[in-house]
Amino acid sequence: MKHSFSVTVGQTGFRIGSDWREPLDQMRALYRGYPKPEIPDFTVRLFAQRPWRKLIRPSVMIGGDYMLPDAAPLSLAHGMLGAEMGMNLQMALGQRRYLLLHASAVERDGKALLMTGESGAGKSTLSALLGERGWRFMGDEFALLDLETGAIHAFPRLVSLKNEAIGLFDGQVDAERLGPLMHDTPKGDIRHLRPPDSAIAQMEQLAQPALLLFPRFGHAPEVRKIGEAEVFARLTQASTNYVALGEPGFDALAKLVKTIPTRAVDYPDTNAAIESVEQLWAELAI
Amino acid sequence: MMDAGILTRALSDPSSTAGLGSQGWTALITMARAEQLIGTLAHRLDGLDLPDSVARLFADTRRSADIGRRQALWEAEMARRVLAPLDTPVVLLKGTAYVAAGLSPGIGRSIGDLDILVRRDALDDVERALIDRGGWEWVKDDEYDDAYYRDHMHELPPLIHNERDRMIDVHHTILPLTAGPTPDPQAMLDDAVQLENGLYILSPADMICHAAAHLFADGDLAGGLRNLWDIDRLLRDFGEQAGFWQALSERASRHELAKPVARAVRLAEAVYGTPVDGDVAGRGRRGDALYIRRLLARDDWGRETRKGTRLAFYVRSHWLRMPPLMLARHLWTKWRKS
Repeated sequence: MKHSFSVTVGQTGFRIGSDWREPLDQMRALYRGYPKPEIPDFTVRLFAQRPWRKLIRPSVMIGGDYMLPDAAPLSLAHGMLGAEMGMNLQMALGQRRYLLLHASAVERDGKALLMTGESGAGKSTLSALLGERGWRFMGDEFALLDLETGAIHAFPRLVSLKNEAIGLFDGQVDAERLGPLMHDTPKGDIRHLRPPDSAIAQMEQLAQPALLLFPRFGHAPEVRKIGEAEVFARLTQASTNYVALGEPGFDALAKLVKTIPTRAVDYPDTNAAIESVEQLWAELAI
Repeated sequence: MMDAGILTRALSDPSSTAGLGSQGWTALITMARAEQLIGTLAHRLDGLDLPDSVARLFADTRRSADIGRRQALWEAEMARRVLAPLDTPVVLLKGTAYVAAGLSPGIGRSIGDLDILVRRDALDDVERALIDRGGWEWVKDDEYDDAYYRDHMHELPPLIHNERDRMIDVHHTILPLTAGPTPDPQAMLDDAVQLENGLYILSPADMICHAAAHLFADGDLAGGLRNLWDIDRLLRDFGEQAGFWQALSERASRHELAKPVARAVRLAEAVYGTPVDGDVAGRGRRGDALYIRRLLARDDWGRETRKGTRLAFYVRSHWLRMPPLMLARHLWTKWRKS
């Protein structure tokens, strides 16, 4: 392909090829200092739907080793989002080294706090905020559960801040850490945030899972216990490769559910959320 | 320009990968994924001195192929249980047959749908049993498509299992009824070999005939390298058996598949170095180069290349399946509906 860029996130190497230069330049800026893979695990391709669409109303199709058949193209202004979506797609569909949980993760003292829930529940925002306040940011999209040891591997890709969450970081972090603001994407406004340098420097370090939360924003504060069976069922839904992994996936997930304390927590706003997370961590994390 | 020759070489001669640099490995892995041969490659290269990242990736791939194999066998077992009371032979085809019978193409192979062959007069009973007792349901409820399948195809419209999300293709013969050659499905059923669990697989010669028909007439050579790899491995499995080549030649004629079988045998020899019998391979090599050009049309980013050649094969595949007037009507209907 005309332009290419490779990057290692956590322990997974990606090669991204593109018909256009701009999305990869944006990625180079935000992923500066990340290691590069010798032989990447996955390939992502950003390409024009038709040859003339490279120039006229450029539309970016997302391809790669693993693809969804009916993915719609994005505008070139959203090209970097396409690359990020392509990387996530390879993980979701192709990664077999770990059990993938659609969850964010942060670490403290070698122990991991996992947060999962439906899109919009706030797991991504919360992990990014905690990453700015003394926790090590391990990832906002996937928590990678080691099938043998039960440890969590970090996957600190760029955080994709959505809609209201974008404002929370304006002026709070170095402008250099923020990507272009993208309006009207399929998920509304999106802006990418580069994780803190310490998170990148330590991205190969594993953490033992210690607490699992199902956060929900915009509700009166409440903490609820959830039964093991329900947690298990919810996590199978939140895993993109649970079925594909077969028995090892079941064993790893069952072990996680049996050993980790879990709570569903509702928050009215981010400050209350952070306070409550700290409190639960102090009470529950082993 | 690079093509998938790097992949076919690695498969037929694993030691040829010794000199690959990181770019070469990247290209090889990408192509193998695009051709759905990554599991096969991971098995073929097992035990060689590989770069760490490649060794890790291949270990993941082998594990994943192993689970795929188990799932395929489970699907076959589910179908067996549902169809056993009908007391009609159920023949496993393609990937599931290879793993069920322990044949070489099954090693590391990716297996999608479950394909079975049953007698045409048992078709209605099979369909009813799968839907009423098995939990399979229609994929599409489009009347035109449904009627089209039932009138002109060699299989029922595809069914999908409502819980396991896996497809089953029920064939009553191995080529569309609109295709030129008319294979003899009854002869295939008569010669089928029973496995321990009661399911059947095709006889060696018929298996090659089916693989060859599948390679050429059933599509536009999409997935061709994998289908040809099946043929290479099967010929290596069976080629030494006494009387095999003679039987293959006879069966190919009987099924009106002598030409595609000869072509498949020649292409396997050319692409994967398969040891073949000259009488079956035949001498008419005209056009083989074009097929090879099409089969290898893939670049180091996993992209399809050689658009013109691909298009020619695509058009040809439709042409072979349908008489011209019918093709025109079909494409018109499809175009109006889309």
